[in-house]
Amino acid sequence: MTPLPALAVVVPLLMAAAISALNPLLRRRRRVLDGAAILTSAAVAVMLAVIMVKAAHGEVIYWFAGFRPAHGAAIGIDFAAGPLSAGLACLAAVLVTASMTFSWRYFERVATYYHVLMLTFLAGMTGFCLTGDIFDLFVWFELMGVSAYALTAYRPEERGPLQGALNFAITNSVGAYLSLSGIALIYGRTGALNMAQIGAAISRHRPDGLVVIAFLLIITGLLIKGAIVPFHLWLPDAHAVAPTPVCVLFSGVMVELGLYGAARVYWSMFGTALGHRAAITGILLTLGLLTAVLGALYCVRERHIKRLLAFSTISHAGIFLAGIALLTPLGLAGVAVYVAGHALVKASLFLCTGIVLHRLGSVNESSLHGRARHLRITGVVFTVAALGLADLPWFATFAGKGWIEASASVRGMAWITVLLILSSALVGGAVLRVAGGVFYGLGDPPAEDPQMAEQSSEETSETVADKGRTPLTMIIPAAVLAAAALAVGLIPDLGRTVQAAAVRFQDQAGYNAAVLAGRHLAHPAALFPAGDSGITAASVASGVGSAAGALVLAFLGLYWRRLPLLRRGFEPGAGLGGPIRAFQSGVINDYVTWIVAGVACVGGVLALTLR
Amino acid sequence: MAFFPFVVVVWILAVGLYGMVTSRHLMHLIMCLIVVQSSTYVLLLGVGYKTGAVAPYFFDIPVHTPAVDPVVQALALTDVVVEAAVTALLLAFAIQAHKRFGTLDPHELVQLKG
Amino acid sequence: MSSRARLWLFLAGMAGLAACYLWGLGGLPGFGHYPGPYGDIINRIAVGQTNATGVVSAVNFEYRGFDTVGEEFILFAAATGVATVLRHLRGERERPARDEAADRDAPPTSSAIRLSTLMLAGPTVVLGWWLASHAQTTPSGGFQGGIVLATAFILIYLAGQFLAFKRFSPVDVTDAVEAVGAGGFAAVGVTAVAMGLPYLTNFLGLGSKPGAVSSSGTIALISFFVGMEVAAAFVLMISELLDQTLLIGQES
Repeated sequence: MTPLPALAVVVPLLMAAAISALNPLLRRRRRVLDGAAILTSAAVAVMLAVIMVKAAHGEVIYWFAGFRPAHGAAIGIDFAAGPLSAGLACLAAVLVTASMTFSWRYFERVATYYHVLMLTFLAGMTGFCLTGDIFDLFVWFELMGVSAYALTAYRPEERGPLQGALNFAITNSVGAYLSLSGIALIYGRTGALNMAQIGAAISRHRPDGLVVIAFLLIITGLLIKGAIVPFHLWLPDAHAVAPTPVCVLFSGVMVELGLYGAARVYWSMFGTALGHRAAITGILLTLGLLTAVLGALYCVRERHIKRLLAFSTISHAGIFLAGIALLTPLGLAGVAVYVAGHALVKASLFLCTGIVLHRLGSVNESSLHGRARHLRITGVVFTVAALGLADLPWFATFAGKGWIEASASVRGMAWITVLLILSSALVGGAVLRVAGGVFYGLGDPPAEDPQMAEQSSEETSETVADKGRTPLTMIIPAAVLAAAALAVGLIPDLGRTVQAAAVRFQDQAGYNAAVLAGRHLAHPAALFPAGDSGITAASVASGVGSAAGALVLAFLGLYWRRLPLLRRGFEPGAGLGGPIRAFQSGVINDYVTWIVAGVACVGGVLALTLR
Repeated sequence: MAFFPFVVVVWILAVGLYGMVTSRHLMHLIMCLIVVQSSTYVLLLGVGYKTGAVAPYFFDIPVHTPAVDPVVQALALTDVVVEAAVTALLLAFAIQAHKRFGTLDPHELVQLKG
Repeated sequence: MSSRARLWLFLAGMAGLAACYLWGLGGLPGFGHYPGPYGDIINRIAVGQTNATGVVSAVNFEYRGFDTVGEEFILFAAATGVATVLRHLRGERERPARDEAADRDAPPTSSAIRLSTLMLAGPTVVLGWWLASHAQTTPSGGFQGGIVLATAFILIYLAGQFLAFKRFSPVDVTDAVEAVGAGGFAAVGVTAVAMGLPYLTNFLGLGSKPGAVSSSGTIALISFFVGMEVAAAFVLMISELLDQTLLIGQES
């Protein structure tokens, strides 16, 4: 058993402890600190890539402290990494490396705390992806959470980061405690904490109230992290105020990890036991599509660039959940590739926003209009990434979305394609509007948002406004990530490989055999058959459609004042006023109320449909 | 009687969440979060209890005496530490929030909305 | 949302959540009837396999030791986070630590408190140390011992000696002790890897008699590191919080 899975988690933890212990020495040696952090995360990325390749032939199973299972009962903790799990963790490590490289020049002065927290964040994410034990999942979830709360409040001298961090910490903690209740509940029935063992134990009988409610509670915490409506309210607050390199990680992988956790819990534990596939698909699909459309609508009215990108993350999280809800391997493969593509373009967009903040000292779309014309390379990278976000062929996002749509038609739900195209077009339109207005000075600046005037003073404290050239360590990661999103989409035979990985992820019996008996199935079989993963004319049409729709909406957003039809006081997005603003109120009591109401609704529906 | 501890679990959860939703002071809200966590401890320890069994410490009793479940106790121990850590962090946020906003009323701690 | 609307929405939601939760809890085997295999298996094999008579510690540091590594680092990250959020910032100035109450007529700390806390400080340290080193035998362990050790420092503060408290726990040293505790634990596991064993395998001698202080191999060692880390983390957090209240203020 090669120790790589253990080392992938332990190496960043040891490095974080070392940096903290050597703080007095390292305080003055900023470059040593940065270099150590970048090398550690790059090393972790390489380790995880190796694990991913090995896992393609069978899950990589690692038992800690040598306690192997006996008679189908596990007494220790295991890491059970399939190719999708290891791939997601590798993506996280790649984004951490890019962020740390970006931070090289972005922060003029930074304490060692930043590097320590980023490394513990990375370790938490890696552990979360690789683990096969439900309580271990909770522990890494909390480590991810605590590091994220602290990183959000990195500039406590401003009001916004404190509100964002408080709302983030309180809502996600409530979610974590609800998940823990679910874990205790399922432990009370099965007496096990190993996912494979639990799955085998509860599949033997028909699901009763306990199994359904345990599923509900465990999923709730993960969906709160995954920013699904109505649990999403913390995300815009946290993203608007966290330092830009940290936002890269939040939007790029942290939210997606919540959804991965939900999928993992379903496929490794509850899938076979719960049955009622149509009901599960219905519930998750409804939540996902609602999130996708609502997030897109919020996105259109936003003028704060980072908050705009945050709402677009919510919208995409909804699309990912919709893809997972289809329960097919093609759908899951589509989500996996879409997550990768989205992470790369979103990271690139945030890094470009960071460059704008560094050079011009603002992220207010209205006041930045036309001022970034001299940031030519940044402008090109931003626009390319925005087109990637709008699912233009041949980006990875286009490929992923195409497979989700193909899978939906196979399951007789082709109508969701319309909603997916609509959300992508709205989101892409908003981001392209920013690109056109800020970097090219097209059209008219959007109406000033009175709230923005207060917020914009906060941004200048994050980085020093620099009048010179954009440093290479800032523009190169942004450009490389955007290019990578296109490169991933162009990989030949990507669909077949990823779909094989998805089949393995969905085969509960095969997973059980691998973990508890050490037998790897050469041909895993999922619930639904594997679909055709080629690029079809329909998917190209959909990709071109959403990109074209995005361009049209961006044009409307920039030029609406000059168009004869629309001049009568109709600003795109202005009509979505009162109730939508009231929903995102910023008051923590409201957020907790919506969580309780949301859980009760989902619970009620599950109780009625899964008896 | 066999079900009563679990009713207590739900009650503690309800009380804690009620406190959070109606709270007008951040310290009170954080304490209510701790109450919510406590319901999890009661559930964990309640699930592992065996009537008539002893604590799982075999220092001075024979090894095969029926004992309660040690795993949930270990889990509860882990949870206590996690909760203490999160609470300390939240209290630090609260101190800074008081300095920046001048108040600890959650309804006033709003810089970003809409 | 108005307060009334919020309250009604919450009450409706909570009623639904409580109903669902009670329905789920109804499926449990009843209080006092633990069914499952995990606890019973551990109770049966723990003493024989690890020579530790404290089975809960054996679970914490041996069978589920990897969870404990994660949890250690949660505490570590939280202490780092508290330090990040409460460090003194531009625009604030740290007052030099001096006796603030010299010119006030506030009642001095009562002699009874001073005497009792100073007398208790020493025995508390010994108690904490004893607890941390007996993880494998009695209901104690690194966490409990670490908290008691941290309490000893706080007793010094309570005795009215905030300055002595600061002198006994300089930030750099406490930081380093905490990092060594957390890192030490992770490193014990890595030593097993270096020996070709899975991470966190118990590679030290198990001792001859179950329940002796020197038995159970790495469990005792890990408990020692955990005690160090927990004590340092809590001293650090309390110290930062007290700094904010007592020393740091706006520049006038």
